[in-house]
Amino acid sequence: MTQSRAAWYFAWALLAPAVLYIVIIVAWPLIETVRLSFTNASLRRTYDYVGWINYQKIFDRDFLEIILRTFTWTFFSVLLKMVIGTFGAVLLNCAVPGRHVFRLLTMPPWIVPMAIGIFMWGWMYNGQFGMISGLLQRFGFVDGPVAFLAYGHSAYWATIVTDVWIGVPMVTIYFLAAIQSIPRDLYEAAWTDGASRWMRFRRITMPLMAPAVITMSMLSLIATFNSFDIIWILTQGGPSGETTTMIIDTYATAIGSKKYGEGAARAVVICLFLSLFCIAYFRMTRRLAGTDKA
Amino acid sequence: MVNPFSRHDSTRAMIDRYRWWELICIYCGIAVFLFFMLAPFLEGFLVSLKPLEQLFSSPYTFWPENGSFAAYRTMWDSVPMFALYIFNSLLISAVSTVIVLVLVVPAAYAFARFKFKGMGLVLGGFLAVSMFSGAVLLIPLFRLMRTLGMLNTYWAMIIPGAAFLIPAAIWLLRTYMMRIPPELNEAAYMDGASQFYTFRRVILPIARPGIVVVAIMTFIGAYAQQFIFALTFNSKTEYMPLPVGLFAYFGKQEVIWNELMAASFVGIAPALVIIFFLQRYLVGGLTAGAVKQ
Repeated sequence: MTQSRAAWYFAWALLAPAVLYIVIIVAWPLIETVRLSFTNASLRRTYDYVGWINYQKIFDRDFLEIILRTFTWTFFSVLLKMVIGTFGAVLLNCAVPGRHVFRLLTMPPWIVPMAIGIFMWGWMYNGQFGMISGLLQRFGFVDGPVAFLAYGHSAYWATIVTDVWIGVPMVTIYFLAAIQSIPRDLYEAAWTDGASRWMRFRRITMPLMAPAVITMSMLSLIATFNSFDIIWILTQGGPSGETTTMIIDTYATAIGSKKYGEGAARAVVICLFLSLFCIAYFRMTRRLAGTDKA
Repeated sequence: MVNPFSRHDSTRAMIDRYRWWELICIYCGIAVFLFFMLAPFLEGFLVSLKPLEQLFSSPYTFWPENGSFAAYRTMWDSVPMFALYIFNSLLISAVSTVIVLVLVVPAAYAFARFKFKGMGLVLGGFLAVSMFSGAVLLIPLFRLMRTLGMLNTYWAMIIPGAAFLIPAAIWLLRTYMMRIPPELNEAAYMDGASQFYTFRRVILPIARPGIVVVAIMTFIGAYAQQFIFALTFNSKTEYMPLPVGLFAYFGKQEVIWNELMAASFVGIAPALVIIFFLQRYLVGGLTAGAVKQ
């Protein structure tokens, strides 16, 4: 078709509303965040530029610990999502009766309002009345009630488990689609040559799934790094800061304490990390696309 | 007479045949997996049936004794605004979906059909948006909403929320529209149709199934993810959506857990109805554009 001047105008006219919307709601606030990070903005109407003080303040405190915690929290969560997602996808791919129903039953954690799923986990983690502590006591694994959200270490893992629970359905469905797009001929050829089921999984499914796993772990990494609702509803970053990730820390500083300037500086640090992930992701997808063609 | 497909069919049948112990392993694995996925719902449902006294009693009882659906009746009295919260949630999701569609349908068509300099960069920009969560941009967004006088209105929850639904919607619909043969545009051009007429009269009708999928996905996303903007930009009880409104069951002294769980189940009913009736669209919609691209 003719790529005339009229077509050029038309194409950009089609794009303009969406671009404008994103510029106003996302891009401009992003720039504003950077600007505000150099001010002492708060609830007051006026504020001054204060240079790098907000950034110095961040690194004065135990911010490095928060960064480290954010990374380990994210790492374990993503790792578990990938492992459980692969496990689920391989099982749901099996040609057994009822598989369509099973596939459907994996979706609820993803589809229902996140806050509701988190409330339910909050109850399950309750020491006195919750299911997990109750069943552990019933079967004699622990002596007394275990309040999972009351201790730093268990709260850390409890929030991870809930995050994994919300993330697994998408990972599973995505991996399932990846497995199903592997040409069946490969399996049939391998079967004809006498390859066992494990061998076929090891030598066909796993290598051909690898690009999907890499893509998904990058996307999952970014989503998990941004995880807010789960920790906020379950622990609000407590007990004594043991589940405070960078997002929670930023929210508590900016919205909780109304220190907009300091909060903005923290947000900028998060954005820097996210940009790095983003670049890594685009690099990786480009490389994967390259190997596909070769 | 030998059926040319018979070997293929028998291979397919044989390759999918499991020995009895393999079947047991598969079903056990699936059971463990689904238990993890559904345990909170099971527990939540059982809690909603238990009387409050039984909930707060030790030792823990898994099964409700003389359970009843009483909480499903009393929840409406404890929090009289509850129906309004569900309505708010649905309204916010519906308006967000409309905004997203109005913006995304033309944009996705532009990305699918036209190749002009700079468009790849713009597409990359859209995708990058999905990498930043609303939490990072809360401060300037808060000030923006305040300047526009939108704090404590529905718009404070709709407008920022819609922005973060746009990238996925564009990606999904672009993938769908790329499958529409370009010959249609050429034929319309030959017949003297303008670009806009072609888009309106040729492309849109063909793309309708794809648009429906994107609308469903966007609606579900909007319904599932409304929390942070509602928590931060709105303090008026009458505008609260479900996830924030549920905090009303957290009383001053204790949480009315059985009613909270009953209310949660009423609240997720719309989502479950959608899963049930639109499962075909759903699986396609969730995975399209992801694997083949």
